[in-house]
Amino acid sequence: MELNTFSFMTQMAMLALALGIVHQPFGAYLARTFTSRRHLALERGLYRLSGVDPQADQHWKVYLRSLLAFSAVSILVVFLGQLLQGVLPLNQGHGAVDPWIAINTAVSFATNTNWQTYVPEATLGLGVQMLLLAVQNFLSAAVGLAVVVALVRGLVRSETSRIGNFWVDLARGAIRVLLPLSVVGAVVLILTGVVQNWGGTDIHTLAAHAAQTVPGGPVASQEAIKELGTNGGGYFNANSAHPLENPTAFSSLFEVFLLLLIPFTLPAMYGRMVGDRRQGHTVLTVMVAFWLASSTLMAWAVGAYARTGTGVGEGFEQRFGAAPSAIFATATTLTSTGAVNVAHDSLPPLAGGLAMLNMMLGEIAPGGVGSGLYGLLVLAIVAVFIGGLMVGRTPEFLGKKIGAGPMKLVAFYILTTPVLALAGTSLTVAIPSLSANAPAAGPHGFSEILYAFTSAANNNGSAFGGITTSGPPLAAMLALVMLLGRFVPIALVLALAGTLAGQRKVPDTAGTLATHGPLFATLLGGVSLLVAALTYFPALALGPAAEGILK
Amino acid sequence: MNAYGRQLLTSLRFLFFTTILLGLAYPALVFGIGQLVAPAQANGSIITVSGQPAGSSLLAQPVTGPAYFYPRPSAVGWDPSTSSASNLGPSQRALAKAIAANRAVVARREDVPPASVPLDAVTASGSGLDPDISVAYAAQQEPRVAGATGLGNAKVRELVAASTSRGFNAFLGQPSVNTTTLNAALQQAMARP
Repeated sequence: MELNTFSFMTQMAMLALALGIVHQPFGAYLARTFTSRRHLALERGLYRLSGVDPQADQHWKVYLRSLLAFSAVSILVVFLGQLLQGVLPLNQGHGAVDPWIAINTAVSFATNTNWQTYVPEATLGLGVQMLLLAVQNFLSAAVGLAVVVALVRGLVRSETSRIGNFWVDLARGAIRVLLPLSVVGAVVLILTGVVQNWGGTDIHTLAAHAAQTVPGGPVASQEAIKELGTNGGGYFNANSAHPLENPTAFSSLFEVFLLLLIPFTLPAMYGRMVGDRRQGHTVLTVMVAFWLASSTLMAWAVGAYARTGTGVGEGFEQRFGAAPSAIFATATTLTSTGAVNVAHDSLPPLAGGLAMLNMMLGEIAPGGVGSGLYGLLVLAIVAVFIGGLMVGRTPEFLGKKIGAGPMKLVAFYILTTPVLALAGTSLTVAIPSLSANAPAAGPHGFSEILYAFTSAANNNGSAFGGITTSGPPLAAMLALVMLLGRFVPIALVLALAGTLAGQRKVPDTAGTLATHGPLFATLLGGVSLLVAALTYFPALALGPAAEGILK
Repeated sequence: MNAYGRQLLTSLRFLFFTTILLGLAYPALVFGIGQLVAPAQANGSIITVSGQPAGSSLLAQPVTGPAYFYPRPSAVGWDPSTSSASNLGPSQRALAKAIAANRAVVARREDVPPASVPLDAVTASGSGLDPDISVAYAAQQEPRVAGATGLGNAKVRELVAASTSRGFNAFLGQPSVNTTTLNAALQQAMARP
């Protein structure tokens, strides 16, 4: 399957155009949503029924405690729901899920990772899919939104310890942002052929007249939020390669649009909320530059391999071919989505390596819903810190002094994900009974393990599918990595928000490093790349780079 | 009750009521709209042959015998109760072996030199349920199907063209021939000569 360069460029241009048109008005809508004092009737009802006081402005510790309590309850409910599947309604004949798989899945969906160590068709009925997993698709994405909004408030406010109300942010993210977009997205997906019913259709096949069941279920509704919330957990095992999840090349492009939509819109919201739109433009420029560069490299890596080795065909869908697969694979790993329309394990070595590098960047370009922008803002603080060292004065970010306190939080943030990814990989490689779960010999087997832990630590959820992670040790290890990879950075970001909110704003002077414009964008891009490259390069050299060089 | 206990109870209630909205009302609403605006797609794009449901036009079916167009290899045996790729890496010997074996089978079946067999004919799809094949692979199967069905080359070519993607989707992706709709059309053409 050769790369159609013209088709690739047209699709990138279409995405850029569509996102370019919507990001400002939609960003303004997001800023209004999270700063408005008015509550919708539906939200007021929800607050009353849940016992939430929507007027309370929370200290960052209370905000974090609410978030952690909510996530813990979510994990517990999704876990128990799977264990009890056999006696719950809508199980479509599926029984209790293996407890190790169930805890992995519960953590996976509540952390916005959507790593799937189970085969959905053989494991879950539509009850678990719709009432537990799809609900987490909404709420885990809304948690990410809440955290970035809290961080932006920390930058905007001064001399307060309050950073907003978690419950209000969570409800608004789910009800005012994700829900209406999902309805529209799901209807468009149905028009392209995505199924939305309550079960399979019995048929007799054409050639053999054998009885078969065409699978069904509430797929379109789940597909829409799976992309919009940068979740990525497929209704079916093959995920967005499955024809009933992603029937046409157009639906594939539309799914990429959905998964990029909110992450690429958040900079516009940020710019408006901090009262300086140039801040948003600069952050967006960095995101777009990475996205364009990475997509182009991916297309090249796939296209160049078409005429060598085993070629480009295994794991690809015929209706997509090279260009839509390269666009999807890049977007899904640059965000925290992890949906796939091509088997990443079978990607050409350098393309698979790029998918890993995209995740290793920390998923900041544009990143997951919320997590992308807060990740990039943390890197922006690193950039002003380095800039401050160069000119020899205390760095400032939007009028807030970046002293030792905030810098410690930032340093821990930067270290968390690589430590989790690399420690998990090393441990698995070192223990033969664990590394045997990645049966491919040589560098490819190492790549499968590295990909799994990188994906889990960054809450991506895509996989080199050849690895088996359903056994207790790996299921538990990956669950732990997903859990820490999500909530340690969130705790640090909220602490950072609290610290910054407590500060008095210092006025800009001639010596202040401007955090907008091309100079800062270059600095920020360089810092992001260096932080990732220096941390992960040795591991990448052992895996995909070695595989690409060895013939 | 301490602060943690209160937060946990609030969380449970919040989760319960949002589940009613996001887990029940939302999919039900999408279902309703789907049945209203596009019932055929929403129900799985089912095709019928002589009035009987015979499959989804979006999914491949297992095929035997010379009178049908073969879909691409599948890691799940074209069984729609599951879906998967082979997940073999590009450098794995197992992949090269599988490709060589598939190539030999297709070359023998179509009576063509192994080198002329297109790559999509010998590589497993991402879903295992991919109904589409390349235009080149369809052309390679035409003579065999024309002979076995007795429909003649011109008629088969006409049916292949009718199942070939064109326009926007073919440009975004790549031109493809849907073996499921094509085989259904072949059956229908044979039923009324």
